[in-house]
Amino acid sequence: MSHDHRRFGVEAMTRVEGEGGLVVEVRDGAVHDVRLRIFEPPRFFEAFLRGRRFTEPPDITARICGICPVAYQMSACQALEAACGVTLDAPLRDLRHLLYCGEWVESHVLHVHLLHAPDFLGYESGIALAADHRAEVERGLELKKIGNRIVEVVGGRAVHPVNVRLGGFYRVPSAAEMRSLAGDLRRAVELADDVARWTATFPMPDHELPDGVALVALRHPTEYPMLGDRLVSTTGLDIGAGAFLDHFAEEHVEHSTALHGRMLAGGDYLVGPLARFALNADHLAPRAAALAAELGLTGAERNPFRSVVVRAIETLHACEVALSIADAYEPPDRPSVPVEPRAGAGCGWSEAPRGLLWHRYEIDEAGTILDARIVPPTSQNQPVIEHDLTHLIEESLHLDDERLEALCEQAVRNYDPCISCATHFLDMRLVRS
Amino acid sequence: MSRPTVAVWKFASCDGCQLTILDCEDELLAIAEAFDIRMFLEAGPSELLDRYDVSFVEGSITTAHDVERIRDIRARSTLLVTIGACATAGGIQALRNTADVAEYASVVYARPDWIDTLATSTPVAAHVRVDHELRGCPISKGELLAVMTALIAGRRVPDTSHAVCVECKQAGHVCVLVAHGTPCLGPVTHGGCGALCPGFHRGCFGCFGPSEAANVASMRTSLAGLGVDDHELLRMLRTFNIGSPEFREAAVEIAVTIGPRPGGDAT
Repeated sequence: MSHDHRRFGVEAMTRVEGEGGLVVEVRDGAVHDVRLRIFEPPRFFEAFLRGRRFTEPPDITARICGICPVAYQMSACQALEAACGVTLDAPLRDLRHLLYCGEWVESHVLHVHLLHAPDFLGYESGIALAADHRAEVERGLELKKIGNRIVEVVGGRAVHPVNVRLGGFYRVPSAAEMRSLAGDLRRAVELADDVARWTATFPMPDHELPDGVALVALRHPTEYPMLGDRLVSTTGLDIGAGAFLDHFAEEHVEHSTALHGRMLAGGDYLVGPLARFALNADHLAPRAAALAAELGLTGAERNPFRSVVVRAIETLHACEVALSIADAYEPPDRPSVPVEPRAGAGCGWSEAPRGLLWHRYEIDEAGTILDARIVPPTSQNQPVIEHDLTHLIEESLHLDDERLEALCEQAVRNYDPCISCATHFLDMRLVRS
Repeated sequence: MSRPTVAVWKFASCDGCQLTILDCEDELLAIAEAFDIRMFLEAGPSELLDRYDVSFVEGSITTAHDVERIRDIRARSTLLVTIGACATAGGIQALRNTADVAEYASVVYARPDWIDTLATSTPVAAHVRVDHELRGCPISKGELLAVMTALIAGRRVPDTSHAVCVECKQAGHVCVLVAHGTPCLGPVTHGGCGALCPGFHRGCFGCFGPSEAANVASMRTSLAGLGVDDHELLRMLRTFNIGSPEFREAAVEIAVTIGPRPGGDAT
């Protein structure tokens, strides 16, 4: 292998959200360079948020990502409500949790069926997969539709929901709307159970994350985290949202319009399903917990390819939680709590389907935004993706270019990267130094 | 007629409009049978053909490279349909058009010199001929399917020209503007959403862009009567369709009246 000199790449990755490419260079049988190139053009959200009203980020930041707009809305609301010293009524928080379940279901099911399953089963696309596995793809589409239906009932529409505001919602669903949704959710739980069992049958490459990668996820006292209070890690971190920048930073590298996340204590870190599961498996809903155990998933899981199974387990969890919220639903007394501006800063976060999403806003007493900072999941995962690919390629140099390239693409998709999200975020302290 | 070859392209955008294609869960497999989808990176196909019967284009033009790319796509496409507010009006990123983009880049990036971007975010139609536009941030699934079925049937592509108000009346919603005094851009906004926001007791925020013959000046007078000041209206216009001529010109007129404002109405 010592004469193995290769350079290969994928000019434009397919089956990822947004646009990026991959460059791999092998010299003398060793991996010399792996770069996930992100060339999605920047859109400068943090710059044009300055001067806007404090009520606008839930609508504006949703447009960062059409796949996970709810995550942007939830993180923005949490940050601005923290800045204004507002806490939601419990039933309104439940509705947010339900809305978030819908996004997890639609995003995870899209990824599992149309973006990732084709890799495991040897097809070019979800549509090609459907030619031979029509029942499985149709089952996925039915489940995805129910995920979107949750977002539509609570949020108004599947992409860029219109019903979210600071303090809650513009209108809450009627009891009848919720009863109708609950009927669909009973079906969704069964579909999600079947989907998870299906993913567990996929041929699974034998591979582990590189040593020393910290897993990082939110933690809630009783819930598997979509909305959570604390950020914890496998390295013993336990912090609130206001302390995020004391422990994490983003760097600008030349080959990417997405910034790269780093732990200030050193080392790469991973956010997303594998990290959430490792740190929160004790809070999964009953059927999801039982099925995870039956399928042999434990908190010690470090094979990134198995994230497809974890995603399916999280989908089942989201369906169970959504059903329990819908079943217990009584229309809240008011659709929102009042939120008045006050001068100061607020940080908030939530677990987007692909991992932690942190927002920080500074506003003045009139409610004008003075500063905005957003750290999306994919920019945090970009270093670990490159690091992981380096290891994977070293283990797999015996493969020919075509098979190695396909394996690399499959491995990138383990992280469900959302490049539209990742493009354009900053650490201002690094900018100036 | 043989299955039309289709391409889906992305420029500066959030992916939400092309996701709307994948969100047609009930129709997706039928779409894939009726159309020969050869280029759609997010879904998998990536074949560069000399000719596509139909290209759907998402996103706005924000880099010199993308100016070349959209011209190349036009040359390869018999029909070109833009999908969504970014492709038809420049999107929310068109807010840069009245700002200093070098300053924007310095706020977001440590090394602005590594960033290749134009000073403006422009709609596809500013660069090439567009055969049909689908409005919305995001587009409506129903309108997308109507275009697709028209293409298969060889029918004229349907065109919505009415304002949100028409759909609001059809839906039987109480007028939030008249009954509740809620600021609502429905009278000047292109229909297609089914008057979604008023159905949620919220004023329309214009995400489908200006309707035909939108009279923003008259809207300004009505809103002033409700106590909505020019600053508020300016903010309402300066969102996802600020790059459309009607909203941009109205915004400029209002901005000139009220003058610069501390805190940065340049955004």
